[in-house]
Amino acid sequence: MNELMMASPMARAKSELTGNQVNVSLAATFEHTVGTPCCDNPKIQTKNVDVFYAENHAIQDVSLDMGANEVTALIGPSGCGKSTYLRCLNRMNDSIDICKVSGDFILDGEDIYAKSQDPVLLRARVGMVFQKPNPFPKSIYDNVAYGLRIHGLTQNKAELDDMVEDSLRKAGLFEEVKDRLNAAGTSLSGGQQQRLCIARTIAIQPEVILMDEPASALDPIATAKTEELIAELKENFTIVIVTHSMQQAARVSQRTAYFHMGRLIEVGETDQIFTNPQHELTEKYITGRFG
Amino acid sequence: MNNSTLIKQGLKRRYRKEQAFRVLGLTSVCIALLFLVILLLDISSKALPAFIQTQIELTVDLSSEQLGLNKDSSNDEIRQADFRAVIRAALLKRFPAVTNRQDKRSLYSLVSTGAEYQLLDLVLADKSLLNQTSTFMLVADDDVDALIKGAIDRRLPESDRRVKNQKLNWIEALESDGAVHSTFNWQFLTSGDSREPELAGIKGALMGSFYTLFMTLLMSFPVAVASAIYLEEFAPKNRLIDLIEININNLAAVPSIVYGLLGLAVFINLFGMPRSAPVVGAVVLSLMTLPTIIIASRSAIKAVPPSLREAALGVGASKMQTVFHHVLPAALPGMLTGTIIGMAQALGETAPLLMIGMVAFIVDIPQSIIDPATVLPIQVYLWADSPERGFLEKTSAAILVLLVFLIVMNALAIYLRKKFEKKW
Ligand SMILES: Nc1ncnc2c1ncn2[C@@H]1O[C@H](COP(=O)(O)OP(=O)(O)OP(=O)(O)O)[C@@H](O)[C@H]1O
Ligand SMILES: [Mg+2]
Repeated sequence: MNELMMASPMARAKSELTGNQVNVSLAATFEHTVGTPCCDNPKIQTKNVDVFYAENHAIQDVSLDMGANEVTALIGPSGCGKSTYLRCLNRMNDSIDICKVSGDFILDGEDIYAKSQDPVLLRARVGMVFQKPNPFPKSIYDNVAYGLRIHGLTQNKAELDDMVEDSLRKAGLFEEVKDRLNAAGTSLSGGQQQRLCIARTIAIQPEVILMDEPASALDPIATAKTEELIAELKENFTIVIVTHSMQQAARVSQRTAYFHMGRLIEVGETDQIFTNPQHELTEKYITGRFG
Repeated sequence: MNNSTLIKQGLKRRYRKEQAFRVLGLTSVCIALLFLVILLLDISSKALPAFIQTQIELTVDLSSEQLGLNKDSSNDEIRQADFRAVIRAALLKRFPAVTNRQDKRSLYSLVSTGAEYQLLDLVLADKSLLNQTSTFMLVADDDVDALIKGAIDRRLPESDRRVKNQKLNWIEALESDGAVHSTFNWQFLTSGDSREPELAGIKGALMGSFYTLFMTLLMSFPVAVASAIYLEEFAPKNRLIDLIEININNLAAVPSIVYGLLGLAVFINLFGMPRSAPVVGAVVLSLMTLPTIIIASRSAIKAVPPSLREAALGVGASKMQTVFHHVLPAALPGMLTGTIIGMAQALGETAPLLMIGMVAFIVDIPQSIIDPATVLPIQVYLWADSPERGFLEKTSAAILVLLVFLIVMNALAIYLRKKFEKKW
C-alpha cells in the first residue's frame, strides 16, 4: 500500500488527514474503468452494477460484458468483490438476505433479474463452481447425477451412467474414483472435491459456466487438466473464471477484468492487460508489487 | 527467555486445568449414574413381587348337578352357570370342619373373586372338563398372596396381623398339602385394571399409552417438521412471522395442565369428542410437544451449512427440491432428537390427561383410539392412591413398565437417528 501512496503525493497528504488510507488512495487514482468493457459478441452484458451487503458497498458501478464462446478472467486482490460479482450472474445472491443488487444484467437479451425470469431455469443455464468445494453429502455418482435427474435430462439408467462417467472424465476425476463411485463425495480430498464440483456443474451442460477459483486446491497436473477442459468447453460455452493466478488467467482467458475495492479498474484483451496495462493499479497488481 | 520456555511454563498449568475439569466431569457423571442405579434397584426390588402370582390348587367337581350343565350346553348357558358355588363347595370339601356362616365366608375369601371367571374361561376353552372332577390352580386372594410373599409377617401377634389365626391355619394346611403355588404373573401383563389387586393388570394402561403416543407422534411430527421448514426456509421476514416465532417459544413454557383445560373446553365440550379417549389425549399432548419439536427442528435446519443449499440451488434445484433433497436429510437427526425429547415428555405427562378424563377407572383393554383408556403414569397415580397393600407392588411394577416403554421408544428413535446419520 505504501508504494501505492508514494505514487500520489496528494493522496498521501489527504490520507494523513482522514486516516482512511485505502479509500483515499483509490479515489485519487480511479476515475472510470479503463479499457473496453463492451465486446462485439456478448453473452452476458452488465451495466452500472451496485451490490450492497447491508452497509458494505461491495460492488460499485461496474459495467462489463462477457463474450460468447470466450473465457473472461476476473482478477484482483482478495476481498475486492470478484465472487460477489460472479454470484450476481446466476442470482446466487438472492438467498443472502442482506445482499441488495442493482443494475442491468442481460443474458442473450433477457433481463436476468426480471420478474418473469425463473431462477431455477437461469441456474440451469448459468452453472456455477463455488469457491469452496461443496459436494453433496451423497455418493460421488449421485453428486454428478443429481442435476441430470432433477432436470430430467436422461432417458434411462445407461444414459445417466454414460453422462456421469463423461462428466467425471472431463473433470479429470474418473480414473481416481471409478472403483468407488458409491463412496461419499465428502470423503474425497479437497482437490478431488473441487473436480467433483466441476463435474457436477458441467454435467447439465449450462450455456455459461461461472468458476470461482476452480483450481485453488489443485496440483499442477490437475490444474493443467482443468485448463484443458476450460479450453475445450469454451468452444461451445461461455466461461467466466475467477483466479488468483496471473499465469492461469494469461493461459486460459481471452479477456481479463481487474477488480479493486469493488470497482472494475481495467478490462481488455488478456494479451494487452498482461503486456501493456493502462492503469497503474493494474500494473502494480500483475507485476506482483501488491495485492 | 524465549517463547518455547514461556509456553512450557504455561503448559503445566493448562494441563492441570484440563485434568481438574476431567475429574469434575467424571465425578458428576458418576454421581448421576449412582442415583439412577439406586432408583432403578429400589423400583425393581419393590416391583418384582408383582410379577409373581400365588395360586391355590383345588379339586373342583364340575358335575352336572352342581352346574346344571352337560357336554352339549351352549356357551351362553355355560356363562350363566354358577361357578362360584362349585369353588365354594370345593373349599368346603377341603375343610369339612367349617360349618359356621361367618367362618364359611372367611374360608371362601381364600381364593380371589376372579377365580370363578378363570374357571369359566377354562371350561369354555375345553368343554370336556364338564361332568368331571379335576384340579385347578385358582388365583389366591391378595391377603393370601401377601402372606405367602412375606409381606404380612406370620410371627406378629394376631391382633396386629391382617390375616387372623383361623385363616392362617387354613393357608398353612394348604401349604403342607403342597397346594399353594407361586407362578409367573401373566395376568399382570395381559389384563386391565381391577379393584382387586391380585387381578389388576397393566395392559389397559400400556395399550392406552401406546395408542396415545402413536397418535401424538402421527399428529405432532409432520406438523412440527412442516412448520419448522416453513418458518426457516419459506416464511417472509415480517412482523407476523416474528410474532409467530415468539409465541411458539412461549408455548413451550406453558404449564401442561393448561393444555388439558384447553382439551376439555374445546375438543370435548365444543367439538364433542369422546371423553377419556386416547385420540383426545393425543391431540392435547400434540399441542404440548409441538413447540418442543418445532424449536429443535428449526435449530437443526439452521445448522445445515449454507454451502449445501448453494450447491443445490447452483445446479438448478428448486427451493422445494433443495429443502427436501438436501436440507431435510441433513437436519433429520436433529429433528429426531427433538422428537425423542418431546415424546418422552408426552409419555410421562399426567396433568393434561386428568383434565380430559383419562383418569377414570377402566377395566376393559382399549381396542382402538376412541375407546376409553388410561395411560401408564396415570395408572401409577391411581394405584399409588389405592388403600389395598397389594397395589403397592403393582405401583412399582407399573413404574417399571413405564420405564421399559420409555427405553424401548428411545432406543427405536436412536436407532432411526443412527441410520440417517450413518449415511455419510
Ligand atoms: N455473505 C456476505 N455477507 C456480508 N458481506 C460479504 C458476504 N460475502 C462477501 N462479503 C463482503 O463483500 C466483499 C467482497 O467479497 P468477495 O467474496 O466478493 O471477495 P473476493 O474478491 O471473492 O475475495 P477472495 O479472492 O478472497 O475470494 C468483502 O468485503 C466481503 O467482506
Ligand atoms: Mg472469492
